[in-house]
Amino acid sequence: MTVRALDNAGAESILAINLRRFGRDRFAAMAGAIAIGFVVMAAFAPWLAPHDPSDSDLLRRLQPPAWIEGGDWAFPLGCDSLGRDLLSRIVHGARVSLMVGVAVVLLAAAVGTAAGLAAGFLRGAVDAVISRVVDVLLGFPYLIFAIGLMGMMGPGIENIVLALVYKEWTIACRVIRGETLAARELDYVEAARAAGASPAHIMFREILPNILSPLLVVATTRMATIIILEASLSFLGLGVQPPMASWGSMVADGRSYMLEAWWISAFPGIAIFLLVLSINLASQGLRDAFDPRYRP
Amino acid sequence: MRFGVVLERLAQLIPVLFGVCLVVFLMVTLTPGDPVEIMLGNERSTPEQAEELRRQMGLHLPPHERFFAFIGNAVTGDFGRSFFHRRPVIEVIAERLPATLELTIVAMTIALGLAIPLGILAALKRGSWLDRVATMVSLAGVSMPGFWFGIMLIMLFAVHLGWMPVSGRVDYALEVPRLTGMILFDSLAHGRFDTFRDALHHILMPALTLGLAMSALLMRVTRASMIEVLQQDYILFAEAKGIGRARLILRHGLRNALIPTVTVAALETGYLLGGNTIVETVFGWPGLARVIVEGIFSRDYPLVQAGVLVIALIYVGVNFVADLLYTLINPRVKL
Repeated sequence: MTVRALDNAGAESILAINLRRFGRDRFAAMAGAIAIGFVVMAAFAPWLAPHDPSDSDLLRRLQPPAWIEGGDWAFPLGCDSLGRDLLSRIVHGARVSLMVGVAVVLLAAAVGTAAGLAAGFLRGAVDAVISRVVDVLLGFPYLIFAIGLMGMMGPGIENIVLALVYKEWTIACRVIRGETLAARELDYVEAARAAGASPAHIMFREILPNILSPLLVVATTRMATIIILEASLSFLGLGVQPPMASWGSMVADGRSYMLEAWWISAFPGIAIFLLVLSINLASQGLRDAFDPRYRP
Repeated sequence: MRFGVVLERLAQLIPVLFGVCLVVFLMVTLTPGDPVEIMLGNERSTPEQAEELRRQMGLHLPPHERFFAFIGNAVTGDFGRSFFHRRPVIEVIAERLPATLELTIVAMTIALGLAIPLGILAALKRGSWLDRVATMVSLAGVSMPGFWFGIMLIMLFAVHLGWMPVSGRVDYALEVPRLTGMILFDSLAHGRFDTFRDALHHILMPALTLGLAMSALLMRVTRASMIEVLQQDYILFAEAKGIGRARLILRHGLRNALIPTVTVAALETGYLLGGNTIVETVFGWPGLARVIVEGIFSRDYPLVQAGVLVIALIYVGVNFVADLLYTLINPRVKL
C-alpha cells in the first residue's frame, strides 16, 4: 500500500516537473496563453461580443471595417452580406471550433486509450481485432471519411463530432498501444502482476498514469488538426447550419463577395489561423518539455 | 526482393481492402432513414417508383446479401446508376478521376520541390536565421486552413491583379482530345504546347494551395532526418577522406536523408486526396472529390459511396507501393 502511494506521488510529480519545464519556454507559454485567451473568448462570447451575432440590418450590408472609408467603430471588422457584425460572429464562432475540438479530442482520447491499453496489455485476439480495425480506418483519407459520414448522417454539430471521433480514436489508440507494449515489460508492471493485481487495475491504475505525458502531447497536436477539419466541413456546408456562426462557414459566405468585400472571408480565416498556430506552438513546447529526446 | 514476399504482402492487403469495402457499405446501411425516401425527397413520385428504385439499389435484400452483392459489383466496376447524373456511376468517376489525380500529382511535386531544398538548407545552416525563418514558415503552413489560403490567392492574384485564372482546368478554346484525361499529359502527347502552358497556368494556384501544408510538413521531416544523417559516422568518415562538400551532401547525405521524406510523403497522400475536396470546391476544379461533395447535396448515395471507395482504394494502393519502394531503397529493411 505504501509502495503504491509512493509510486503515484512519483508519477504526479513527473507531470508537474514537465509542466514547469513547459512554463519556462517563454515562446510556447505565450502561445499557450493566446490559445487560452480564445477559450475565454468562447466561454464569455455573449458578454464579450458587441452585438447579437445573428442581428441583421440590410442598411449595413457589406459595411467595411472601421479603418476603411464607410466603416464605423461600432462594427470594427465590418459587416457581412446580411449586415451582421463580423466581430461578434467571429467571437461566437470560436465556440463552435473549440467545442468541436475539445469534444472530439476528449472522446477520441477516451476511446483510443481504452482500446490501446487493451490491445497493448492483453495482446492476442483483442490486439489482433483492434489493430485490424485501426488498419482499415487508416485506409481512408481523413476528410473523405468525414465527408462521407456527414453526407450520410446529415449536418449538425453532434454529427461533426461523431464523424471525426469515428476516425480520430485510432491515433490515440496507436500511441497508447505502443507505450503500453513498452510499459508492460517494465519492473513496476511485473511487480503489480506478482502482487496479484487484476489486469484492469494494472492497465488503468499502474500503466495509464505513467503514459499520460505522450497522450497529452498527442491530444494538443490533434486539437489543431481537428479545428481545421471542423472548419473545412463547415466551409463545404456540411457542418453547423445557419444562423449559427462558424468560422468555416463564414469564410464560405464571403466567397461570393470577393470583389467588393474581402473582409468577410479574410477575418474568420485569420481567427482560425491564429488559434491553430497558437495551439501548434504550444503543443511543440509541450513535446519539447515532455519528451527527453527533444531536450537540448 | 523475392517475388513470393511481394505476393505475401499482397495477401495481407486483402483483409484491409475487405474492411474498407465493409466500412463504405456500412456508411450507407447504418444511416438512419430510408435512402430511397431521402433520394426522392421533394420529387413527386408514386409508391411504385419508390419500390422500383429500392429494387434497383438492391435495398429489398437482407444486409449480408447486399454486402456481397456490393463487393461483387465493385470488383466488376458496377456501382449502379448515378441518381443525379442519370448514367452509370463508373462513367462519372472515370470522367472526373483524372482531374483529381493530375492535381494531386502536381501538388505533390510542388510540395517535394519546395520541401527538399529548403529542408536541406535549414539542416545545413542549423540555428541560422534561414533555419528559423524556414521553421516559422513551415509552422504557419501547417496552421493555415487550405480553403482560406486558396480564397486569399484567388482574391489577390486572380480578382485584383488579374494574373491568374479564377477557376477551371484550361481555356475552352485550347482543349485537346482526351487521351488520359490529364490535360498536362494529353497536351504534350498532342504536341500542343499552348494548351500545356495554359493548363499549367490554371493548375498552379490550386496545386500550391493543396501542396502548401504538405510541403511544410515534409520540410520539417527532411530537415530533421538530414540533421540526423549528417551526424553519422560514415559522413564523418567521408569528410575525413576529403570528399567535396557538395558531393558529400548530395551522394552520401541526401540519399539516406530522403528515406523518411519519401515515406511520409506516401503516408500523407491521404491528406492530399482529402484536401482535394476543399481545393476542387474553391477553384472550381472538375475532379472526383468535388463530385463527391456535390453528390452529398444532391443525395446521390451510389455516387458518394463509390467515390469514397475509389479514393480509399487509391490511398491503400499508394501506401502499398510506397511500402515496397521503401524496402527497395533501404537495404536495412529486409522483406
